[in-house]
Amino acid sequence: MDEKKTLLEVKDLKVSFFTPAGEVKAVDGISYSLGYNEVMGIVGESGSGKSVEAYSIIGLLQSPGKVTGGSITFEGEDVLSFSEEQMRQFRGNRVSMIFQNPMTCLNPVYTIGNQLVEALLCHDKGYSKDQARARAIEMLELVGINNAEKRIDQYPHEFSGGMRQRAMIAMALICEPKLLIADEPTTALDVTIQAQILELMKALQKKENTSIIFITHNLGVVAEICDRVSVMYAGRIVEQGPVNDIFYDPQHPYTKGLLASTPRLDEEGRERLVPIEGTPIDLLNPPQGCSFGPRCKDCMKICLRQKPPFVQVGDGHISACWLHFREQPGKGDKT
Amino acid sequence: MTGYIVKRIVVAFLTLLLIMCITFLLMNAVPGSPFLTEKSTPEMIARANAKYGLDKPLYVQLFNYIKSYLQGDLGTSLKMQEGTSVSRIIFHQGKFTLSLKLGVYALLLAVIIGIPLGCIAAYNRGKWIDGFLRVMTTVGVAVPTFVLATLLLVTFAVKLQWLPTLSGSLPDAKSYVMPVISLSFYYTCYVAKLTRTSMLDAINQDYIRTARAKGVKTRALILKHALRNSLIPVITYLGPVMAGIITGSFVVESTFSVPGLGKYYVQSVLNRDYPVIMATTVVLSALVIVMNLVVDIAYKIVDPRITLTEKED
Repeated sequence: MDEKKTLLEVKDLKVSFFTPAGEVKAVDGISYSLGYNEVMGIVGESGSGKSVEAYSIIGLLQSPGKVTGGSITFEGEDVLSFSEEQMRQFRGNRVSMIFQNPMTCLNPVYTIGNQLVEALLCHDKGYSKDQARARAIEMLELVGINNAEKRIDQYPHEFSGGMRQRAMIAMALICEPKLLIADEPTTALDVTIQAQILELMKALQKKENTSIIFITHNLGVVAEICDRVSVMYAGRIVEQGPVNDIFYDPQHPYTKGLLASTPRLDEEGRERLVPIEGTPIDLLNPPQGCSFGPRCKDCMKICLRQKPPFVQVGDGHISACWLHFREQPGKGDKT
Repeated sequence: MTGYIVKRIVVAFLTLLLIMCITFLLMNAVPGSPFLTEKSTPEMIARANAKYGLDKPLYVQLFNYIKSYLQGDLGTSLKMQEGTSVSRIIFHQGKFTLSLKLGVYALLLAVIIGIPLGCIAAYNRGKWIDGFLRVMTTVGVAVPTFVLATLLLVTFAVKLQWLPTLSGSLPDAKSYVMPVISLSFYYTCYVAKLTRTSMLDAINQDYIRTARAKGVKTRALILKHALRNSLIPVITYLGPVMAGIITGSFVVESTFSVPGLGKYYVQSVLNRDYPVIMATTVVLSALVIVMNLVVDIAYKIVDPRITLTEKED
C-alpha cells in the first residue's frame, strides 16, 4: 500500500500475558496496514486475540499483558515508543475506542454531557466550557439522539442500551479521531438496535472520514460495514482480504468453517449449519505447526510440524495454509 | 422528597418510642436501686422510691416517662447529681459538647486521612506502599482503643512530656491531640481498608476503561471516576458509626479524663440512675436515626441512580 495512504501499520505484533501458569501468547505476530477512510473487520472467536491486539494499539493493555515484539506505526509515528503523557494525548484524540457493553461503559454517577465534555477538554483543544458543551450537543444530535439539549444533562441510567451506545459513539468521535476502534459494539444490543447502530457508524464513517477497525465475531456485521477483513485464529491472522473475496471465495479452512457455520439468506434451500469440530487450542501450549491443524478436516503431516506462510491467493487477498501449496505448487509467495 | 422526609420522621418517632419501652424494661430487669448504699435501710429506700414514683406499677412509670418526654422534660437525676434536670446535665454542663467536639474532629480525621490512604493503596496495588498500608490498617483495626490510648499517654505525656496527661474540658489545642487520635485511629484504618477494596472494584469497571480510552489523566481517573463510585460502601459504614463516634467513647474519655457524655452514660448505668440512662439512650438513638437519614440523603447525592422515594413503595 502507498506510504501516504497508510494510516496505521502493524508489523509482526506480539502480545503476551505473563500468568503464573506461563506465558500466553495472545497475539503471535500479526501484520496489517489500514488506509485512511478504510473500514477493516477483525473476525475471530472468543480468545483469538482480536481485542488484545486492539488494546495494544491504544495502549490499554492491562498487566500482566505486554507487547513483546513488533511495531505499531500511526501516521509515521511509532506508537509503542510513546511516553505515558504522549499516549494519553494520543488516546481519545487521534484514536478512540468504543466497547462491547454500553450498559457498563459509561460512568453511572456523571451526566452524559459531563462525560462528553470531559473527552473534549482533556485534550487541550482550546475549547471553553460553553463551547465544549455546544459541541457535545452537536455530537449527540449527529448520532441521532433527539432532544439533545435536554438529554445531555441526563445520567446514563436514563438512556436505553442503544442510546448509550450512540452516546459512546458521540464521545469517541467528539475529538475527530483518525481511527475508531470498535470492539464488538453491537454484540450486547438486540438485533434491530444493532442494525441502527451499524447504519449510524456507516454514515458517520463517510461523513467524518474516520477509519474504523471493527472487531467482531459476527460475520453478518462484517459484511454490512467492512471494506476488508482479517480473520484471526489463536493469535494469528489466518486470512485477510477484501470483504467480497472473504465471503464468496474463502481460502483458509477456518474461514470456510466459519462461513459454513453462519446462516445465510442467499443460500439455496435449507442447508444445515456445519459447526467447526473441536475446541480452540490451549494458548499456554500452542502446537508446533498450524494452530488450526488439530481441528482441520484436511490436515496434513506438514501442518502439524511447521507453521504455514502467507500465500497470495487473490488481489490483496492472502491466506496462511499449506493446502495452497498442494493445490498450486509454485504460486506460494512468502510474505 | 418532602413526603419521604415526613414519613421518615414519623417512623423515627415510633422507633424512639419502642427504644424507650425496651430500655425501660431492661433497666428494670436489672437488680439494684439508685438508692442502694451500704448505709441505706429498707425504710429509707422505700421513702425515696415513693418520692420519685418508683413504687408505682411499671406501666404507670413507663407512661409517665413517655408523657414527660413528649413535653420535652427528660426527668431529674436520682443519684449522680441528685435533683438536677437531666437535660441540663447533658446539654448545659458541656458533656454533650465535649463529646461532640472530640467526635467531629475524630470523624473528620478518619475521612480526611482514611479515604486518601485507601486511594493510594488501591492505586499502588501490589507495591510496597500498598503492603505497608495494608499491614498498618490491619494492625489499626486490631489494636483495642485502650491499648493505643495508653501507649500515646505513656509516650507523649509521660516520657516526652509534649502533651498534657489530663485533657479535661479540652482547654487548648494540645489537649485534643491524643483523645482525637485514639478515637479516630480505628475508624481511619477501617475507612482506608474499605476505600481500598471498593476502589479496586471501581478501577476494574468498564467505565474506567472508557475514561482511559478517551485520554483522561490518571489523577482525574482516580479522583473523579473511581472515587465517587467507591464512596457508597464508605458512606454506609460511616453513617451509623458517626452517631457512635460523636457521642463519645467511654474508653477514650476515661483514659484522658474528659468529662464527656460517653463516660457519663456508662456511669449512669452503673449507678442505676434511671432517668439519666433513659435520657442518654434516647439522645443516642435519636442521633443514630438522624445519621441514617443523613446517609440516605448522601447516597442520593453521590449516586444519581438512587431515588429516595422509591423505597416508600
